[in-house]
Amino acid sequence: MINKIVRTMAEAMAGIKDGSTVLIGGFGAVGQPDALIEGLIEQGAKDLVCVANNAGTGRTGLARLMELGRVRKIICSFPRSAGSVVFEELYRAGRIELEIVPQGTLAERMRAAGAGIPAFYTPTGVGTLLAQGKEVREIDGRLYVLERALKGDVALIEAWEGDRWGNLTYRESGRNFNPVMAMAAELTIAQVMHLRELGEINPDHVVTPGIFVDRVIRVDRGPEWA
Amino acid sequence: MKPFSRAEMAARVARDIPEGWYVNLGIGIPTMVADHVPAEREVILHSENGILGMGPAPPPGKVDPWLVNAGKQPVTLRPGGSFFHHADSFAMIRGGHLDLCVLGAFEVAENGDIANWATSENDTAPAVGGAMDLAAGAKRLWVVMEHTTKDGRPKLVEKCSYPLTALGAVSRVYTNLGVFDVVKGRGFVVVDMAPGVTFEALQERSGAKLHLPG
Repeated sequence: MINKIVRTMAEAMAGIKDGSTVLIGGFGAVGQPDALIEGLIEQGAKDLVCVANNAGTGRTGLARLMELGRVRKIICSFPRSAGSVVFEELYRAGRIELEIVPQGTLAERMRAAGAGIPAFYTPTGVGTLLAQGKEVREIDGRLYVLERALKGDVALIEAWEGDRWGNLTYRESGRNFNPVMAMAAELTIAQVMHLRELGEINPDHVVTPGIFVDRVIRVDRGPEWA
Repeated sequence: MKPFSRAEMAARVARDIPEGWYVNLGIGIPTMVADHVPAEREVILHSENGILGMGPAPPPGKVDPWLVNAGKQPVTLRPGGSFFHHADSFAMIRGGHLDLCVLGAFEVAENGDIANWATSENDTAPAVGGAMDLAAGAKRLWVVMEHTTKDGRPKLVEKCSYPLTALGAVSRVYTNLGVFDVVKGRGFVVVDMAPGVTFEALQERSGAKLHLPG
């Protein structure tokens, strides 16, 4: 019997190695797998490359992971936001590498990785600092930049419902990067608000089919999010 | 001279958006444009984080934590709205499916170049977000911004001095002093002026040559 549901955070985090590239879902706090990030902090893997839209806020979650010196590099579109204090401190001190990627290019680089496409041409960023050093090619009269796929060793994502085959649904704007990251990693771990029996999720409503998911753990975010 | 207020600038932009357009509004004055589109005119708002049919902020006590806009503020969904993931959201943007994007900017050049994400090449950790994708991808890019910086330097320029967001992307600019079309091979063409503003006064406050229509 296939059962991707794990009961403890230690099981969920098992095997994450030092030096891993970790894709972390969410857009701000929405759809961000807070419990899994805490689990990774506990688990201890270091020298990580983290891929997320933002570079953490406050002193918890991704910010805490960075503050503990466990993140070598962050790849994101919007490192500076209200409360990104830890990133600012580390960056100024030269203790973290940064790769800024336009938000749509970030999503597409992961989608491409999940879809077996090693690189693609995009009009985004042509003629800007973010295209420096990259191949530019004219196709049908327009210029495009070559961007490479971005693959994760691990994806930490948040979903709304999950079942033991790993099928997932999402809630409103909590979907954001999560389905794309689920496709793009070797090991995809999902925290879900609700566990469902196999067959209980309407197949027409499944957004991430279980083939992209390795582990599912139930995390109740509390009544505010129910 | 009576410059447009921020609300009047937003209203001036809203006036020019026809029913049926799919529109992405950036952070700042662009976000305020939504408040000035009459309820009976159906304009479908897109948000980068995976929303079509975005509605206004919820009333106090009705905040849904799962539903935020690109500025991470709570919003609502209009009947007919939908959710999708980030790659699809930016496929809509990059694939030319959005009729319009409205952004703020530091500078717009007479050839339509826009600079709106970093204030210096030495600012090594600026936040680009979706600005480059939106500027390069939407069918039309309009900019709404103050006509000059706080210390009086022009923001309509011959050539951008700040790092670029996209090349030749802007087709219209709304400022507190007027409205300008960016015409290929010509530059800034004045299509409207705030009350009491003269062409000479506008030219004086602009870093590129302005043209009258026709």
